[in-house]
This record gives sequence, C-alpha cells and structure tokens, in this order.
Amino acid sequence: MNYQWNWNIFWEMSPDGVQTYWDTLLSGLAWTMATSLAGWVIALALGFAVGAMRTLPNRWLRMLGTGYVELFRNVPLLVQMFLWFFVMPELLPQTAGDWLKSLPNAPFVTAVLCLGFFTSARVAVQVTAGIEALAGGQRLAALALGLDLPQTYRFVLLPLAVRMILPPLTSEFLNIIKNSSVALTIGLMELTASARAIQEFSFQVFEAFTAATLIYVVVNLVVIAAMRWLEHRLALPGTLGSR
Amino acid sequence: MFAQFDTSVIANSWVYLFQVGMAFTLELTVLSMIGGVALGTLLALARMSSFPPLALAAAAYVNLIRAVPLVLVIFWFYFLVPYIAAWVIGAHEPVKVGTFWSALITFTLFQAAYYCEIMRGGIQGIPRGQVLAAQALGLRYWQTMRRIVLPQAFRNMLPVLLTQTIVLFQDVSLVYVLSVPDFVGAASKVAQRDGRLVEMYTFVAVVYFVLCCLLSWLARQLHKRVAIVR
Repeated sequence: MNYQWNWNIFWEMSPDGVQTYWDTLLSGLAWTMATSLAGWVIALALGFAVGAMRTLPNRWLRMLGTGYVELFRNVPLLVQMFLWFFVMPELLPQTAGDWLKSLPNAPFVTAVLCLGFFTSARVAVQVTAGIEALAGGQRLAALALGLDLPQTYRFVLLPLAVRMILPPLTSEFLNIIKNSSVALTIGLMELTASARAIQEFSFQVFEAFTAATLIYVVVNLVVIAAMRWLEHRLALPGTLGSR
Repeated sequence: MFAQFDTSVIANSWVYLFQVGMAFTLELTVLSMIGGVALGTLLALARMSSFPPLALAAAAYVNLIRAVPLVLVIFWFYFLVPYIAAWVIGAHEPVKVGTFWSALITFTLFQAAYYCEIMRGGIQGIPRGQVLAAQALGLRYWQTMRRIVLPQAFRNMLPVLLTQTIVLFQDVSLVYVLSVPDFVGAASKVAQRDGRLVEMYTFVAVVYFVLCCLLSWLARQLHKRVAIVR
C-alpha cells in the first residue's frame, strides 16, 4: 500500500483556474439537487395522474396506466437515458430535434425528463397502492354524497392516499437523487461526475470519492429527517403514525 | 424519422451482441446474485444478532451502501480493489484486477445490502414458535437457522428475491461506465462504429423490455406457487 494521501487537495485550484476542487464538488452537488428536484416535480405530477388512472372504473384506462408503468420499469435507466439523449432528438421533426440538441444545457434537460418519467412509474405504483389501501367505503361515501368521480379523487381519495404513502415516496425521492448519477453518462457534471473529474485531474482517488460519499450520506440524512417531520405533521389521525 | 431506420445493422451485429454482451451481462447477474444472496443472508443474521457491535456494524454497512449511488460504488471498487488485493497478498504495487472481477466484487457487495433487507424481512416473518420449537428440540443456533428458519424465509421471499434480481439485471448495464462490453456496452460500440445510435439503442431497449417482462411474469407465477396458505 503506497497510496499518497493528501486531504488538502480540496483547497487546491482545479485545472479550470477559477475554482478549487471543493467548489467543483459543491457545483456537482448543486447539479445533482437541481436535476433531482426538477425530475421529482415531473415524477409527482405524472405519477399521481397515472397512479390514479390505474384505479379508475374504466378497464381500458387502467390497462393504459399499467402499460405505462411496465414500459418505464422494464428498461434499465441507463438505456432510457440513451434513448432520451441520442434517439429522441432523431425521432422528432428535424427542426425540433436540432433545437433540442443545440440547447446549452442539453444533458440537464434530458436527465430531468428521463429521471422524471422513470420515477413517475414508481410513484404511480405507490399511488395506486395507496388508493387501493383506503377503505372501500371512502369512495362509495364520496359518491353517495353526490361528488362526481373527479371530485371524489380530488377531495377524498388522493389527499388520503398522499398521507398514507409518504414513507415510500421518501425512498423514491432518495432514489431519484441516487439515480441522477447515471446522468454522468450523457455528460452532466453532477456530484459523482465531479468526484470522478477530481480523480482524473489530481489522482487523489480516495479523497474525492470519500468526500462525495459523505455528501451523499449527509443529503440522505437531511431528506430523511425532513420527511420524518412531514410525516408527523401529516399523519392521519387515528393511525399508528400519529401521536 | 423511422424512414432511415436501418435494420441491417441489427441483423449484422445481433450475434455479437448476444454472444459477447448478453453473455457477460448474464454471467455477472447470476454470479453476483448468488454471492449477493449468500452475503446478504449473513448480513441479515448479523443485523439481528444479539451481540450489539456486530448488529451495529452490519446495520452501518447496509445503510451506507443504500445511501450511495451504484455508479459511485462502481468507481470506488474499481480503484479500491487493486489496493485491497495488494494488501491481501502483500504486494507493493496495486494488483491489476480485471474489470470482470472488479465488477463482480462491486455488484456482490452492493446487492448484498439490498438482499440483506429482503432476507431480514423474510426471517422476521417466521413465527416465533418455529424457533422456540427448534430450541426445545435441542437444536443449536446454526442448526435452527439452517434447517428451520432460513429454508422457510427463502421460500417466502423467493418472489421478492427474484424481483430484486431483475433490478440487478438492469443495474448491471451500469458497468458501461468502466467501458466493459456488457450488452449495452457492446451495442454502444457497434452504434458508434457504424453511426447507428437510433437503431442500436432502440434494439437494446426492446430486448431488455421483453426479458424483464418475462422475468417479472415468472416472479408472479412463482409468487402464486410458493404462497403458503396459513
């Protein structure tokens, strides 16, 4: 073992001459969080729509929703990333494809879309499970009160389901943060890519990876703590989760 | 659009893709599944150990691995394994470990954390009476585990283990970052050589989709068969 440790590497200038290696890591973290949060917005919106669709009375809509989930769950994330980045612009009309490829932040936009759709399928599964776990009487009572189907979902089923599925949604949010590292394959300089860049320029492999690992762990702990707080605030009265 | 979709590039390369790429992917999947389930079971037993330091160490390992992205873990081990190997055999220089071994070690250690949680759930689902009955019969800890608890836990968790293996099968594609010719890596090589990214990546997606659908159907069938009516 003759590895030269140098923990001061983070305060040295990176080859771009503007920022230190520590700044490189922080900008990586910023990209990771920006990508994950933007993707999470898409994932929640689509996930709730598709998840609710899978519980509708109409059989064809249910099948459509299930097809959507299967499509995004049965292809590896890396391959989906390549499909969005390399294949999708070619399938669009020429002008739209060229515009997409020439975007200054093409990897970021692609990664957000890819992670959003990928995660939405997982969110949808949780939403469906949440709605199905509600007592069947909720739906019937809402309909008996004269609410129509959209109102039943809007005012009764979805608000209850959200509060029930917060714990699995937490782990999906943690997953989207981790999955954003796959975007380094299409050139996004997120946290893992930044650690890799430090390793390539300075050869301080283990310092760079240790720092990135610790940052991921801290982000994880912060998210878990925040979601615990939210779960307590939103716990359904009368369930085991409420105080 | 699809007008220039050239199927001949797929026709010319599919034998290579399956013989080299898919063979590598499947080999890595199966071997890391075996290693991961074995190590994961040991980790689960360690996590539930009555010896606190062991339980704590196992929990720390599992939580650490589950907090970090797989891509980062792949890089970690790619650089770390040569140093560990040098330390183990007492060499002065980092040992050159092939990417296959590096990847196999990575996926085994990474997946073990996930298999551990599944096996822990399986073991905790066994009625306590089973363990008490085994102890009453005079079985030791390892005998109880090996003959009574683990076989039932495996049986109950088989569908979940298989589902996790489908995740592993998809995750193996990430060895792409080490420029290894797995299924995606091989396709990407051909795609770049012939300038046919659309065709190759679409083909890869379709193959994965079909295989994963097939495997999840198998997991569902298995679920029906092993479900124990209590």
